[in-house]
Amino acid sequence: MAVRPVDVVADVAEVHPAERWWAAVRDFCRRRPLGAIGAAVVALNILVALTANLIAPYDPLATDYGAMLARPSMAHWLGTDAYGRDVLSRILYGSRTAMIVGFACAFVGATVGAVIGVASAYFAGKLDLLIQRVMDIFLAFPLIILALAVVAILGTGMTNVILAITIPMIPRAALVTRSSALAIREMPYVDAARAAGFRHGRIILRHMLPNVMAPYLIMLTAFLGQAILLEASLSFLGLGVSEPTAAWGLMLRGAAVQFAETAPWMAIFPGFAISLAVFAFNLFGDSLRDALDPRLRTQ
Amino acid sequence: MNRRAVVIALLIGLAAIPAIAQEKPRSGGELVFVVPSEPPSYDAHQEETFGLIHPMAPHYSTLLRVDPFDKTGTKPVGDVAESWTVSRDGLVYTFKLRHGVRFHDGSELTSKDVKASYDKILNPPAGVKSLRKDAYLAVQAVEAPDPYTLVVKLKYPETSILLNLASPWNWIYKADLLAKDPRWYEKNVMGSGPFVFVEHVRGSHWVGKKNPNYWDKGKPYLDGYRALFVKDSAAQVAAIRGERAMIQFRGFSPAERDSLTAALGPKITVQESPWDCVLMVAMHHDKKPFSDKRVRRALTLALDRYQGSQALSKIAIVKEVAGIQVPGTPYATPPAELEKLAGYGRDIKKSREEARRLLREAGVPDGFSFTFKNRGIPMPYEPVGVWLIDQWRQVGLNVRQEVIEASAYHPMLKRGDFEVAMDFQCGFVVEPDLDLPRFMSHSDANYGKHKDTVIDDLISRQGRVTDIEERKKILRILEKRLLDEEVHILYTLQWHRIIPHNSKVKGWTITPSHYLNNQLDTVWLAE
Amino acid sequence: MIPTLLSVAVLVFFLMRIVPGDIVELRFAGESAFAQKENIDKERARLGLDQPLWKQFIGWMAGLLRFDFGVSMWTGAPISEEIRLRFALSLQLAIMATLVAIVLAIPLGVLAALKQDTWVDYVVRIFSIAGLATPSFWLGIVFILLLLIVFKWLPPMVYTPFWVNPIQNLAQLIWPALAVGYRYSAVATRMTRSAMLEVLREDYIRTARAKGLWEKLILSRHALKNAMLPVLTVIALEFAFLMGGLVVTEQVFNLNGLGMLFVDAVAHRDYTLTQALVLLVAFMFIFVNFLVDLAYAWIDPRIRFR
Repeated sequence: MAVRPVDVVADVAEVHPAERWWAAVRDFCRRRPLGAIGAAVVALNILVALTANLIAPYDPLATDYGAMLARPSMAHWLGTDAYGRDVLSRILYGSRTAMIVGFACAFVGATVGAVIGVASAYFAGKLDLLIQRVMDIFLAFPLIILALAVVAILGTGMTNVILAITIPMIPRAALVTRSSALAIREMPYVDAARAAGFRHGRIILRHMLPNVMAPYLIMLTAFLGQAILLEASLSFLGLGVSEPTAAWGLMLRGAAVQFAETAPWMAIFPGFAISLAVFAFNLFGDSLRDALDPRLRTQ
Repeated sequence: MNRRAVVIALLIGLAAIPAIAQEKPRSGGELVFVVPSEPPSYDAHQEETFGLIHPMAPHYSTLLRVDPFDKTGTKPVGDVAESWTVSRDGLVYTFKLRHGVRFHDGSELTSKDVKASYDKILNPPAGVKSLRKDAYLAVQAVEAPDPYTLVVKLKYPETSILLNLASPWNWIYKADLLAKDPRWYEKNVMGSGPFVFVEHVRGSHWVGKKNPNYWDKGKPYLDGYRALFVKDSAAQVAAIRGERAMIQFRGFSPAERDSLTAALGPKITVQESPWDCVLMVAMHHDKKPFSDKRVRRALTLALDRYQGSQALSKIAIVKEVAGIQVPGTPYATPPAELEKLAGYGRDIKKSREEARRLLREAGVPDGFSFTFKNRGIPMPYEPVGVWLIDQWRQVGLNVRQEVIEASAYHPMLKRGDFEVAMDFQCGFVVEPDLDLPRFMSHSDANYGKHKDTVIDDLISRQGRVTDIEERKKILRILEKRLLDEEVHILYTLQWHRIIPHNSKVKGWTITPSHYLNNQLDTVWLAE
Repeated sequence: MIPTLLSVAVLVFFLMRIVPGDIVELRFAGESAFAQKENIDKERARLGLDQPLWKQFIGWMAGLLRFDFGVSMWTGAPISEEIRLRFALSLQLAIMATLVAIVLAIPLGVLAALKQDTWVDYVVRIFSIAGLATPSFWLGIVFILLLLIVFKWLPPMVYTPFWVNPIQNLAQLIWPALAVGYRYSAVATRMTRSAMLEVLREDYIRTARAKGLWEKLILSRHALKNAMLPVLTVIALEFAFLMGGLVVTEQVFNLNGLGMLFVDAVAHRDYTLTQALVLLVAFMFIFVNFLVDLAYAWIDPRIRFR
């Protein structure tokens, strides 16, 4: 595995940062159309989450016992659910839950995990082994099992769900970043930097972190998708957010499965919303990584 | 000659009518049914779950049982008891037992065995639980003066004792086996019922075969039965749909019934009945603002029970609008009377206006928020919870739902760690004496912690009155005080039992309880 | 390996007892919402829950040393039996899903790398990402719906072991295997693609520009071995997870597997069963991890520690 280290210090900015950014974005869109599409969908999702109360045709909690399980029609574009609530409105509001949970879990999980992983790789020796052991213990539990355990202790509800999803993510992030950071640690220039007396912090920040940027960003986007999926799974099992909150996973539960044959729109649309959101995050992350990973730069 | 031929023809004709009207039971065949859960142990005196009753009840007899042909499930008839007499003061019940009832090992069942079984229930030895001990507080002693006579002596007259003794949980065990090891029945089967135990494969099935020496000659009709343990309801529906199983004795949801009838048409027969289970709303009387009975009254006035019944019965296993007794049973309040109680009126607008007014008076601001705790079981807790929150919204209450896992729910209720929470009750037979004691002020099940001596008095009084009409009067007064004047508790909607089964299954009548009518001796299979 | 397992054992033991909820209350409250204290106490004594914590712990650890997991607190059946009933199904599903994943991931990943930035690459990437994005339980619902509506057929609901009736066995398990395998192939496809790309960047392959794609592939095969390490790691680790983590999939497809057993055990607060299951899954994971570490050390001398 040939690794070409990137020395951030040598990268001199000649152009104004804002222009550099804009050029990078244009370049990205041109060269990686898939990623651009993904990014657009992500932006759309965020927009919907922010403006749900403006664009939703109905109150997501408003029941209509006269129109239970109604087919998609002009009045209800995506039909109604078992209580007569508008499916479209609930999906739009559901994106709020998804985005909040997704971003919170992904950022906290990936960042905390990355810091732990890099520190562990950098300091090596006993500390590394200890952290490895602790991470191993958490890794030994499947994601959903750990999430279940946290929910069992803390109870259901949005904040607890975020915690339940973040905690299992941290060791995974640590594992991935550690293996990337390990390869860097062995590089001669890191030894040189240490010999030159650079502080630990500077070495970590300037030399090691940039080289784990690629896996970090991939992880971030992957975690975003995974968090949304996990929240949906937990809600589906009845351990996530509770009724009558609008949440995609919650919409797939109970009546949606029971009436799947006679009212399939209840199960199809929320599932589609989940898939689309996660798909977009991953598409974007995939292309982002291709763009940023120095090892794959097709100069 | 001519006249005689006419008479004979008439007789034949008359004989034919009942034969057409009621098919003759056919012997033979194996009944295959699905059971959602497995028996944790084999001792009915120590268990609470239908997962024990459904596969195992056919192995045992009881002293009395609830008439399997009575749809209200409230008539006691003899099982091992052939007949009984009651003393004039209502304190001594003398039962004459049948002769020739045999355990499956050949030994005869006598009053000694009945007494030993009841002694175990009323006074369990150390280390042995008895879950229904408290139901027999009125019983002073059970005696067996001779092998075919059992005497039950009461401390005070209790109208419901016969029905209580017809409990499906009071299996008669062999006295000798109990004497050797009172815990023998936790892991073993030895009964006198219509079916003999064949095998139990954990996680898979339970098999029983016909008892050739059953006391009721000619019965059982079936050659045997096989209970398949299938946890998931979708899998149960699939089994019945694919005709791999014929019936499930607990109940299905409306959606499941509809999919079965749509798929199998006339091959499916649906039996429905109000269910002896109900969800109630407990309000903590020591926590503001629920200590104020105006607020409690507002909570019940907000509920449009009739619309809820219509709507929820399409998606959940609830239906009937009920008070303290299951509709259709002897002590249930007639609907016209029920409408007079708070929250049961037909004019929902008026009710909700009054609710808003009461809340204002009590100082509860519009948009007031509180947490409603619900049990983490999908059906029907979720739909009823969603409905309750929606209804309370209509009177300006902003309710958050917190779902508590089932295993932590009961401890939460006991601790009183709630403002408003879902309460629930299931019984095996509809009897005020079984349904009401929980509302006594000192009862462990009084989670709302109300203290009302009038209610306590009414509850004990109604149990000792022997005249039915008199008893009904007291129950009406009790209901009014409980649900309307003091609003100690809210009844939501009665559960609704739906049993879609293969049309071949005959001789089984639905009752309000899924613990009743499971001995399978009256069941037969058509061609 | 042993210290980690021990730590997991201790962690899960105390974790379970911190979690609120009580198996006895749940058992007896059942559907009627109240149970007498006397009966609750008796049952707790029977289950050994009234003993001081340290005693319970020692008792359990002692049992473990004899490979005796004890009995399930909920059903009373030996835990080894409870697990045995579900083990075959979970194992088979895990194997089938992994096979699906490998069959999808490796060829697709290699193809995408060879044809980078062409429409082939795009299609493969979209296909694999869709697998990551789709919730497997939703996929399951859709599968069953399709089978029902289009073919009017439902997969068998009861598990038959492969050696008893292979057709029925596969008829039941192929659908969840596809749903799960498709998901797991996604990550592996991506990693295969990036591994292959790295290898293709190697100078000696780039300079072989005159040769065709096929030649490049053959030249790469040695370097590919190294590059495939992360891919195999991921596949191996996911396999360990497949054994106990397929909770939602099992629910949707009505499979009597270890995932559902685990959820039930936790829901019932069945301490002994939960502890045993967690240990089992942890053991599998740690063991696989250990094997992977060995493989790493053997293949790449630079990453040899200790």
